[in-house]
Amino acid sequence: MSTTVLEGKNIVRDYHIGGGLFTGPRTVHAVKGVSFTVDKGKTLAIVGESGCGKSTLARIITLIDPATSGELFIDGNKVDIAKGGLTKEMRRKVQIVFQNPYGSLNPRQKIGDVLGEPLLINTDKPAAERRDLAMKMLKKVGLGHEHYNRYPHMFSGGQRQRIAIARALMLNPSLLVLDEPVSALDLSVQAQVLNLLADLQDEFQLTYVFISHDLSVVRYIADDVMVMYFGEAVEYGSRDEVFSDPKHSYTRTLFAATPRADVASIKARLAKKKAA
Amino acid sequence: MSLLEIKNLTVSFDTAAGPFMAVQGIDLSIEPREVLAIVGESGSGKSVSMLAVMGLLPNTATVKADRMAFDGVDLLKLSPSERRKIVGKDISMIFQEPIASLNPCFTVGFQIEEVLRFHMGMDRAQRRARAIELMKLVGIADPEERLSSFPHQMSGGQCQRVMIAIAIACNPKLLIADEPTTALDVTIQKQILDLLVSLQAKYGMGLIMITHNMGVVAETADRVIVQYKGRKMEEADVLSLFESPKSNYTRALLSALPENAVGDRLPTVSDMLFEPAPSVAGASA
Repeated sequence: MSTTVLEGKNIVRDYHIGGGLFTGPRTVHAVKGVSFTVDKGKTLAIVGESGCGKSTLARIITLIDPATSGELFIDGNKVDIAKGGLTKEMRRKVQIVFQNPYGSLNPRQKIGDVLGEPLLINTDKPAAERRDLAMKMLKKVGLGHEHYNRYPHMFSGGQRQRIAIARALMLNPSLLVLDEPVSALDLSVQAQVLNLLADLQDEFQLTYVFISHDLSVVRYIADDVMVMYFGEAVEYGSRDEVFSDPKHSYTRTLFAATPRADVASIKARLAKKKAA
Repeated sequence: MSLLEIKNLTVSFDTAAGPFMAVQGIDLSIEPREVLAIVGESGSGKSVSMLAVMGLLPNTATVKADRMAFDGVDLLKLSPSERRKIVGKDISMIFQEPIASLNPCFTVGFQIEEVLRFHMGMDRAQRRARAIELMKLVGIADPEERLSSFPHQMSGGQCQRVMIAIAIACNPKLLIADEPTTALDVTIQKQILDLLVSLQAKYGMGLIMITHNMGVVAETADRVIVQYKGRKMEEADVLSLFESPKSNYTRALLSALPENAVGDRLPTVSDMLFEPAPSVAGASA
């Protein structure tokens, strides 16, 4: 049995750029009517180049920005933060991990406080309980108790991303939005963080919205794939459908541009070079 | 004769906790018309060794080498002013952040012409003609108009094209590209890589690609050096590196590629590397 955790219907987001002294106001259509559904325990990957609206969509799903129009359902309930505001209960359900682990942690806050803060703001758990939960979460993401009192600058990029993931999981969300979580990391660290995400998904039945421009990562982690281009979803389907039979020309361009690291394509390239 | 020859290069930085060895005994050589890729993770010393060649390291760095020669000239014996005549002209470098490496206060035309004035001593009309030619070469539309654009008016990909134009302005013999496409989208990455490789072939430059992306290596390189923590782990031509990697580290790196995943978990470098000491294959002991 599968339950739908996240559903978006025809989501639109416009930004109005106010006119200056000499220019009139204009409107940027960042997201132009995108629809999607994600079932519990599944991963939807959103792919596209910079400026295609994928991060705008992430902010809408995470309930940071309201959509201009369209409907967003989380766990079957319609959410509209432009009208109803945001309850703590809704905030608990959706969490986000940002791209740059160097920018997303407060340098003056100890890791223990980083992890305790979501509980402090959104729940009325006492300090001792917050501390226990933070310690447990550190263990879950592969760090230790000794890290509780350290500051972010004492950690490597991969460890910081683990901390950001831990912070996002403190409130037991059902939906986690991952905005390019591994693109700032080295290859080997990227593999560790991807494994951690897979482990956590199995353990907590988490639903992921995974935003990336790296197709090889998407192919590895996603169940469903949505390709965005200038604010529109030009391709949406299961991973195998999209990768084996891309329908839109932009998706094909994207596949063709992805560097291949297999022996056959190296041989082909070297042969071509020799012939030239 | 090799274009660039480095023997036993060591770079250490003075830190509060004593000297930190960023590069520990790297040997490297590149022939004219060759594409060499240096692969490694952050902290592997891949950028530092090339910055040492360019003489761009800060004062806290100590560079030692048995030999560091470019085109027969010993770089270690040159005075700073003699070295500046080579750097930017015969050896030039492209950096990772295209937008940050251009000066925001000057037009791109000015920045391209600056190199031509300094190294080639061209007059104003010659410089402008050459700048337009270079902009065309790197594939920027309307070069006459774009010369008076400022970096913030251009996209990341276009800024990287301008950087390439500056780097190849004086027909260098060796072009060092330090993560030239890391900050760019895949579609733009493809265009920039194609541009670099075609320029390399057209002008017969040596090209050193510093990268952590195995895909970029596979698409561009003739020969590959794999570095880890300031040491050379392996050196091989590109095909044998991917077909039969010799060192454990290279093998670990290749198996951590998501496209090589078997099952639903990726093998990580630490899984395979640190139980036995990392074996160093292909590097002279």
